[in-house]
Amino acid sequence: MLELALVLVEQAGPAPSSDGLELVAAARGIARRVEAAVLGGEGVAAETLGAHGVACCHELGGAGESLPAPRVAAALAQLVAGSPPGAVLLASTTTGRDVAGRLSARLDRPVLANVVGMELEADRIVVHNSAFGGTLLVSTRYEGEDPAIVLVRPKSFVAEEAGGQPASVVQAPLPGAGAAGSARVLERRRQELAGPALEEAAVVVAGGRGLGSAEHYGLVERLAALLHGAPGASRAIVDAGWAPYACQVGQTGKTVRPDVYLAFGISGAMQHLVGMRGARHVVAVNKDPAAPIFQLAELGVVGDAPDLLRRLVARLEAPGGAGAGDGGK
Amino acid sequence: MEVAVCVKQIPGPDSPQEIDPSTGRLVREGQPVIDEADTYGVETALQLVERAGAGSVTVLSMAPGGETSGVRAALAMGADRAMVVSDERLAGSDALGTARVLAAACRRCGAELLVAGTESGDGYSGVVPAQVAELLGWPAVTFVRRIELDGGELRAERQGELGTEVIACPLPAVVTVTAGAVEPRYPSFAGIRSARQKPVEELDLSALGVDPAGVGEAGARQRVVAVRAVEEERGSGEVLEDDGRADERVLRALSEWKVI
Repeated sequence: MLELALVLVEQAGPAPSSDGLELVAAARGIARRVEAAVLGGEGVAAETLGAHGVACCHELGGAGESLPAPRVAAALAQLVAGSPPGAVLLASTTTGRDVAGRLSARLDRPVLANVVGMELEADRIVVHNSAFGGTLLVSTRYEGEDPAIVLVRPKSFVAEEAGGQPASVVQAPLPGAGAAGSARVLERRRQELAGPALEEAAVVVAGGRGLGSAEHYGLVERLAALLHGAPGASRAIVDAGWAPYACQVGQTGKTVRPDVYLAFGISGAMQHLVGMRGARHVVAVNKDPAAPIFQLAELGVVGDAPDLLRRLVARLEAPGGAGAGDGGK
Repeated sequence: MEVAVCVKQIPGPDSPQEIDPSTGRLVREGQPVIDEADTYGVETALQLVERAGAGSVTVLSMAPGGETSGVRAALAMGADRAMVVSDERLAGSDALGTARVLAAACRRCGAELLVAGTESGDGYSGVVPAQVAELLGWPAVTFVRRIELDGGELRAERQGELGTEVIACPLPAVVTVTAGAVEPRYPSFAGIRSARQKPVEELDLSALGVDPAGVGEAGARQRVVAVRAVEEERGSGEVLEDDGRADERVLRALSEWKVI
């Protein structure tokens, strides 16, 4: 085992992000002691993080109006110099990727990116990546000096309580980063979405180009609501402006692992499949019988996506019809 | 305004999707093409220079054997010149090695703005732009959907995890743009013809002043130890034509899975 692993935990409010807790679980698998650098939020969730197995939290605070990555990378570099860990783990979020890149350049270490699994072999870190939309698993051994910088895909590890005491908290305010840190956030426009969070939803109803038009995305949202699920979208229609980025599933969007994933008019580009292949049951609806999404589908329907959506919505909305009862959580 | 744009030349859509088990690298065969993700960067760079009314766009690419087929596509779109870095010692470079080369090339061409895609279409680690920015000591605005120049500053809209962020950023800077930020133009016939005449500077590591120790396989400090096919937990399941009754079948499945 490694003596120490350091994880970057982003806290949007009083609770750590689920990505952060997954990193803690990943770190526990390779290191005896886990410390967390905690960014943002209202204080540090020392109890939750401790319960998940973090011994010590370094409270970075928030970045205020500066774009955080350069300053967070500087803070992590200081922590690494102070008590050198065997690995630094970050989540593949927009901030996490930028921090990993900058930390890599600062420390002269490569980034082990897109990691979906990790283990130690003779005290060397071996990471697993999925390639080609998840059809291949590539295992790579890190052969450089400590620390390894590991960028982990969300939903690759399962967050788990370990019954630990509340973590101790040490102040580690973000240092400045000079010119590199000079980009400022003038405005934040939060996207408020109704229903369960996409990453946590038991049912995801997703739409793609095969919907035919932006208006038809409303049917996806309607069916998602009827099934107490969350709406999702392919990158193609987010780029086209049919759906908000917050709904994007795939490589550059969210990774989801619902019980049921219904894909309407999604052909199944590799970059989409990596975001949803962990779903337990997949239903795919597409006009093209050769669409790659059918390879993953337990139930495939060759047909017109908006037409079938309309009929499903009508059936579920019909009084006394097949509507979702209280059983659909 | 002087803008540089990163262009990766990747295997075309028809090339095999394979990893060479002996090297752990992607099999690259056939004529490479410009990574589609980079066409958004090229278009963004062209628009910024056009709106500024002065300046030029330089394409930066690292490629084996002085490959230029993808670079010519960017020149045909309207970029003014290209710098292609080729060196046998670059084989096996990882993201940081690539970033070292691009940072050096960016310094050499004197750009005050470096534009890139958010991630490449083949390797997609997505960390190269942040690495380049850190090596140059520049700020970076990633995941940009809209950008304009406002005085000496960039004003950009970026996709954050929780919604859109409006960013002000002084130059020099690195920017990565998402697909869909702009509509990449098709090269005109005249553009394709003039691309053949545009200057393409080919450089090796020595000419660029990059230490070979930090690039290539040695610089990557990682070794692929296994490549295996993922066994599908679910084979392809039942596929049916929608004859007007597929809604019933879908609802039955949802009921079996206890969704309804």
